[in-house]
Amino acid sequence: MTLDRKVFAGVTALALAGGVAPFLPAYPLTLLTQAVIVAVFAMSLDVLLGYTGLPSLGHAAYFGIAAYAVGILSTEHQVGLAGCLGAGLLLATATAALFGLLAIRATGTYFLMITLALGMVVWGLAFRWVSMTKGDNGIAGVPRPELGLPWSLSAPLPFFYFALVVAALAWAAMGVLVRSPFGLGLRGIRESESRMRALGYSVWLHKYLAFVISGFFAGVAGVLWAYYNGFVGPVDVQLVTSVETLLMVALGGPGTLAGPALGATLIVFLKNFVSVYTKRWLLILGAVYIGVILWAPRGVLGAFRRDAR
Amino acid sequence: MSGEFWITQAFNGLSYGALLFLLASGLSLIFGVMRIVNMAHGSYFMLGGYVGLSVVWRTGSFAAALLAGALALALVGVGMERFFLRRLPGQTLGQALMTIGFALIFQDLALLIWGGDPYSIPVPATLQGVLTAGALRFPVYRIFIVVVAVVIGAALWLILDRTRVGAMLRAAVDDREMAQGVGIHVPRISFAVFALGAALAALGGVIGAGFLGVYPGADFEVLPYAFVVVIVGGLGSLPGAMVGSLLVGLLDNFGKALFPELSYFTLFAPMALILALKPTGLFGRA
Repeated sequence: MTLDRKVFAGVTALALAGGVAPFLPAYPLTLLTQAVIVAVFAMSLDVLLGYTGLPSLGHAAYFGIAAYAVGILSTEHQVGLAGCLGAGLLLATATAALFGLLAIRATGTYFLMITLALGMVVWGLAFRWVSMTKGDNGIAGVPRPELGLPWSLSAPLPFFYFALVVAALAWAAMGVLVRSPFGLGLRGIRESESRMRALGYSVWLHKYLAFVISGFFAGVAGVLWAYYNGFVGPVDVQLVTSVETLLMVALGGPGTLAGPALGATLIVFLKNFVSVYTKRWLLILGAVYIGVILWAPRGVLGAFRRDAR
Repeated sequence: MSGEFWITQAFNGLSYGALLFLLASGLSLIFGVMRIVNMAHGSYFMLGGYVGLSVVWRTGSFAAALLAGALALALVGVGMERFFLRRLPGQTLGQALMTIGFALIFQDLALLIWGGDPYSIPVPATLQGVLTAGALRFPVYRIFIVVVAVVIGAALWLILDRTRVGAMLRAAVDDREMAQGVGIHVPRISFAVFALGAALAALGGVIGAGFLGVYPGADFEVLPYAFVVVIVGGLGSLPGAMVGSLLVGLLDNFGKALFPELSYFTLFAPMALILALKPTGLFGRA
């Protein structure tokens, strides 16, 4: 698809979601809100995985740190939206900047293991640093933010639109990023690091910036999630959260932004529908994982794309 | 803090490191030969513990539990390698993601079969009790763990360093294609290494269930430890796994004792430092 048609398709999808929302019953609307937020998270991971070729297994760290920042600041210190957003994004970005210094030194499977280990550091802090994070109990009662608008965000529909607008902005920003010369440089690195180095690109700097930017957008999703869920706990930073997000990207199609968004929507709805009938969600998730890798390694979108590599 | 504190904690760290060695040596060897990061390695540890538990409940024999756990998980590991991982030759990321899929399935199956309660494997009477030396107390079971790890470590080293099979295995680690070229049957070696790695992890799981217990989530809890060990020691290196296990065991124990709230940090900060200085780990080769 050409760029115009991609933008058109994206805007149509957002408009469709926005148009359908007022007519949805409460539960599907909740799921749709969840999907919109998680889509931002999955897209942020895809900047690393799909565009740069760096498989991160600790991406929940940045998501979770931003969520914890919102949770702690808004409950203990009554900080408003601007402060929480600023602190959440700053902390997520700073953590990514720190972890990136370590992780970018490694390639391939080493990168996978190091990001996993670093993600576990954050999980360990969330779990054990009880005086700060309340440990396993988590932080409950995160209030929805006040925007000074006539609509209160504590109602589901206005909050959905709030999340949708933020997600659309994040999507647009990431879309511009991956199509910029910098983004093309990332794709070049994905295909062949040595050639890009020979062409005079600073491979390390490209990868590092991609890592930090990806952490920033994961933070955006984390801030939204804390407000949406009203609760922040170690589940938000655990390994399974990172793994689920990786599957969303793999399922939808790495190296696209619409793919992870689609994958996120599929997984969110699948997870919730499955849990109505059975508690065996992880079993199904694992089976889907193996199935996707065996039979659709380029994801759902990839299977339909004509420009096969 | 007294000298007793340091000696006791060092001993606890040593015994935990010994347990980690059982887990990490297999992970390291599997990676060395097959370039697969096995995310299901923690699952072998946990499932080994659960299988051992069931066997102890039926037979009351700890030795039978060790044997059954190791054998059962060797079969599981071989099955994964034969029927799934081998379909994705050379696809490092695909293989790693696939093992995550298995890890999720194993976690849920364990929950389905053994439920959510934590259990502990009853330790035979000969391994119970405490040796005392002055004011110092050393639980016999922890000494047993160290002995097992030393014996297995020595056996592995002898096999790798002194036998023909070991030489073939080292050749496969160094250069898979050349090894294949000089007539070494690398798929057969992969098969054996996967069986051995899974069995060692399960052995660790059964032994670990004697003092850490076995519970849902144990798989993803030990996995990062095993990763840190092989990252610190260097992937595919047996001496690396030994030194790494010891280091991680000690760091973790002193971290938990001295800074309980930040214990993970005390474990991972040194790893970061080693990585910054030597990205391939202490004994790893590029």
